[in-house]
Amino acid sequence: MHKIALIIRREYTTRVQKKSFIILTLLMPILMSALFILPAYFATMDDEETRTIAVYDGSSVILGRLENSEFTKFKFIPEEEYKNIKDKIQSSDYYALLAIAPNFLTTNTVQVISGRNIPFDLKSQIQDKIQNVIEKDKMAEVVRQTKVPDLEKRIEATRTHINVDTIKLGEGGEAKKSSTEIGMILGYIFGFMIYMFIFIYGTMVMQGVMEEKQSRIVEVIISSVKPFQLMMGKIVGIAFVGLTQFAIWVILGFTILSASRSFYPGTTHAQQIQNVMAQNQDAVQAAAPQMDKMQEIFSMIDTINFPLIIGCFIFFFIGGYLLYSSMFAAVGSAIDAQEDAQQFMLPITLPIILSIMVLMSAIKSPEGPVAFWFSMIPFTSPVVMMARIPFGVPAWQLVLSMSLLVATFVGMVWVAGKIYRTGILMYGKKPSWKEIGKWLMYKS
Amino acid sequence: MELFSAKEVSKTYANHQALTKVSISVEEGTIFGLLGPNGAGKTTLIRIINQITGPDSGSVWLDGRPLKAEDIDQIGYLPEERGLYKKMKVGEQALYLGQLKGLSRRDAMKELKIWFEKFEITAWWDKKVMELSKGMQQKVQFICTVLHKPRLLIFDEPFSGFDPINTDIITREILQMKKDGATIIFSTHNMESVEQLCDHIALIDKSKKILDGPTQQIREKYKSNIYDIAYRGDLDIHGHVLAGKYNILSNEQNGMGNKLSIQYPDGSNSRELIRDLVEHVEIVSFNEVIPSMNEVFIKVVKQNS
Repeated sequence: MHKIALIIRREYTTRVQKKSFIILTLLMPILMSALFILPAYFATMDDEETRTIAVYDGSSVILGRLENSEFTKFKFIPEEEYKNIKDKIQSSDYYALLAIAPNFLTTNTVQVISGRNIPFDLKSQIQDKIQNVIEKDKMAEVVRQTKVPDLEKRIEATRTHINVDTIKLGEGGEAKKSSTEIGMILGYIFGFMIYMFIFIYGTMVMQGVMEEKQSRIVEVIISSVKPFQLMMGKIVGIAFVGLTQFAIWVILGFTILSASRSFYPGTTHAQQIQNVMAQNQDAVQAAAPQMDKMQEIFSMIDTINFPLIIGCFIFFFIGGYLLYSSMFAAVGSAIDAQEDAQQFMLPITLPIILSIMVLMSAIKSPEGPVAFWFSMIPFTSPVVMMARIPFGVPAWQLVLSMSLLVATFVGMVWVAGKIYRTGILMYGKKPSWKEIGKWLMYKS
Repeated sequence: MELFSAKEVSKTYANHQALTKVSISVEEGTIFGLLGPNGAGKTTLIRIINQITGPDSGSVWLDGRPLKAEDIDQIGYLPEERGLYKKMKVGEQALYLGQLKGLSRRDAMKELKIWFEKFEITAWWDKKVMELSKGMQQKVQFICTVLHKPRLLIFDEPFSGFDPINTDIITREILQMKKDGATIIFSTHNMESVEQLCDHIALIDKSKKILDGPTQQIREKYKSNIYDIAYRGDLDIHGHVLAGKYNILSNEQNGMGNKLSIQYPDGSNSRELIRDLVEHVEIVSFNEVIPSMNEVFIKVVKQNS
């Protein structure tokens, strides 16, 4: 036991002391948030090209009634010009040509002709504007026929926007506002983090095993300890590296959270609960608008059961990591060179990649059959179950999934140990699957 | 007293027999040469002694009792294919390997200081292994093997990668450890060092032990009645009466002195040879040729094939 502790310590300290580990640990949250935020940011960025669109209105319904917006100008053109340019819009000064046919009111269809692909934004802008004009006309017509005073205003008043506050009842019956959106985001983040950790640290185990085999130090070490001790020492040592990294992120995360919270005075935990309770009783409706968006998010974050999520994360990280890293260790022991790794890596990486694909559908319907089954299968459960947990998972499912994972990784570690024991001393040609199968049968 | 023994050890891998009922016995405080051609099964036997792998049948004994897992700390092993963590610092690594052999950190540090000073390599302590030359790495590796003062040392080709000066240093250290009571199993293809170091040898070929005994006795056993003689006087061997009775291997006559290499047939003896020689020449020296281990090795392995 003393010796395995020595191995764990070496595997841990040599990695944690590396500059690359420290830098990566600090940079990763920034990179990750950039990965999530940047695409969203780009998507919301305005299209800043000024476009002039020629409009020919054969029906005279729309004529002169399209308002210019900041970047989109409409120019109504007469029939002669329309005939002139309709076949050579590319060579004209116009970005596109909007053609409205004389029978437009019966077909409800207009054409936008351009030499380029029309951006989606522009298309919907044109659609909205024309719809508005037509709806206004129709409304005026109804008002004229029915002669109901203020009809327009009355219809306008029927429009309603409903806010759905999702309330989750706690054990003690205390009500908290929860948020499906935040659940999805957390599910995605935690599922993705498990995926990343398994991949990064599993590969790290494989590299470590290969390093020992290639540098031939392995024979020296296994004349001091059992091969299984060496393998487990490495796997456990690297697991601690991963947990260290996670702990740093959790601390960083909560520090940032409470720091940003201090910028919003008057939103202490107790007050928020009061607010939420008050809302529930429909008593102080007027208080709600005062709580700004930020406060609302904070109060929702408070409903997340972080101890459960973090506890499960650690469990599923360890379980999934042990399962996969033992396979990675077996692969590392069986091969001499990095180039040979591909063939053996594929069957290992496929289920991980599959689990990240299932993750997407699991966060959308966490109770669905796909999410359920893949959160039970041990090869995908660490990632998929993490995606479900922020939404709440029945205890029996959690226990079943965890037990299956434990049973599988115990079996896998045993199998990997057998392959490893023989593989690390085999040099020369790349073994076939059949040979690796034979190694399982060897007596120690 | 016997320190270590293997009794009828056999080991089979998927498609080949690595060891067939091999028995060896190693006396305490001696150097035991484990010889054999490549692929004969030496490494398998050494791995069994180190408990890296187990025998299919047969048993291994230490101190008159079956070898136990904890005995690993009493054994020091320098494998033929050796290496160190390239990116780890020399001192840190030596400490780690020493601790893996059961030394406390403090004891390992104390021993390492002594060795590093003895080998004059204290300046390497904070260097990464990859910065050292091959020979320097071998030196560090040697220290790591003997650091925990094991009772049984196993050296597999300990001199590979060393220049003659370092070979000499290591040889001296090995002999010193023997003097201090360590028992050494020594595997090599360098037969000169076997003659120089080994008290006892065993030769393994094609998974079987084919020769076993004290080095001196084995060489005596394989001598083939050949004598080197220095003489005064003129001896023309062509058509000579001696050439009829004996096998003349060479006869050199020059100003520096005359030398004859001669082999008597089975059934004859050295007294008869001397009697015949003195009739013709004046003998200056008369030496029996004892075969080198190299010759014994080649002869025995060829016979076995």
